[in-house]
Amino acid sequence: MLAGILLLYAVIGGFFITVSFEGMEVAAESMRNIFYHVGMWFGMFTMLITGFVYSLRYLRKFDEQEDIRAVEAVNVGLMFGFLGIFTGMIWANFTWGSPWVKDPKLNGAAVGLIIYLAYAILRGSIDDTHKRAKVAAIYNIFAFFLWIVLVIILPRLAGESIHPAGGNNANTILPLHLPPSMRLIFYPAMLGWVLLGVWIYKLRVRIRRIRLIIDNK
Amino acid sequence: MLGNEIKHLIGKEIRLELKQKYVLNGILLYLVSTIFVTYLAFDRIIDRDTWNSLFWIILLFVAVNGISKSFIQESPARHLYYYTIASPQAILLSKVIYNLLLMTILSVLSFVFFLLLMGNLVVNIPLFLTTLILGSLGLASILTMVAAIASRASNNFSLMAILSFPIVLPLLGTLMKVSKNALSAAQWSGNYGFIIILLTINVAVIILAYLLFPYLWRD
Repeated sequence: MLAGILLLYAVIGGFFITVSFEGMEVAAESMRNIFYHVGMWFGMFTMLITGFVYSLRYLRKFDEQEDIRAVEAVNVGLMFGFLGIFTGMIWANFTWGSPWVKDPKLNGAAVGLIIYLAYAILRGSIDDTHKRAKVAAIYNIFAFFLWIVLVIILPRLAGESIHPAGGNNANTILPLHLPPSMRLIFYPAMLGWVLLGVWIYKLRVRIRRIRLIIDNK
Repeated sequence: MLGNEIKHLIGKEIRLELKQKYVLNGILLYLVSTIFVTYLAFDRIIDRDTWNSLFWIILLFVAVNGISKSFIQESPARHLYYYTIASPQAILLSKVIYNLLLMTILSVLSFVFFLLLMGNLVVNIPLFLTTLILGSLGLASILTMVAAIASRASNNFSLMAILSFPIVLPLLGTLMKVSKNALSAAQWSGNYGFIIILLTINVAVIILAYLLFPYLWRD
């Protein structure tokens, strides 16, 4: 199954490396970032939703495997979040003239990352394995809801935002507004990023499982 | 059944608070001294944005200080005793309701004291009081849950701040927007959307806490 996903990823990865050069001809230079920045954001979303689901499942079954999946999903989600913010900063530097602009969308993303960094610190401060898994799962479920409010609902209400898909320009750059040739690259690229995230996540879960077995011996 | 348990538990919380008056007095003194320090630093504030942000930041710190004690004030042995006689939902709801009472008193007091020292910039007082009440409810419910989570970990006090500040931000941001409107314009229209968002956050947080707390309580 893992091999299947890997293969699929390889095909799609090859896809968007060759065609991303076409994207350059279509739009302004910095527009190419849409294939990376937005894809990382999608990757983060997928991973954090995965983490949320596995936290829920942990509370139903109290199985340590579910906790391992939840924590690794959040870790990979955090990594994608930081990558998304860094690529966003490079993009912002060219289009808005400074790497950080005071904007509800940007600030929401930053605070969202802090919420999940606090998750890591909470885990670090509890020694007992079962207690850690349980408390972390509860925090994760609680935090996920407020994170959704922060990242999705509040920026849309904020009224003024220069970031696309936020505030009063809510519908400017959705995939459907892209020219068809860019859409051809955009969708596979999004899928590619999400699958890359899934692949890293699966590897990390396996590493952690092996480490757990070694530790228990 | 649940209502009865909650009533008794709230009574217990109030008696406990009156017995250990130094805790409550400590928070009151904290509130007064923080506002007085800002008064000395700022004199009078003319700028509405500064007034608004200072007020909510002070209230956030007061709330974190007041609520962080919720689950560490009593000994684990006594928690075990409560575990045997009351349902976890009753414990949680009684703590939330008690903290709501505490927060309402504290927020109204800080508002009055803030007005005295910093001058009144609020144009629409009823709207501002509505935000205060909704804010007290939101802070009480979110922080009670975070206090319960933090009480399970070592290094409780710094953890409380780390966990609660970012998580409280969606609520605090909305509160600050509504109260900014209350500071600048007299009309209510345009604020209903925010008030509905605040109500939704509050209700959802309480439901989430109600569902999750039993897992946390059973150690």
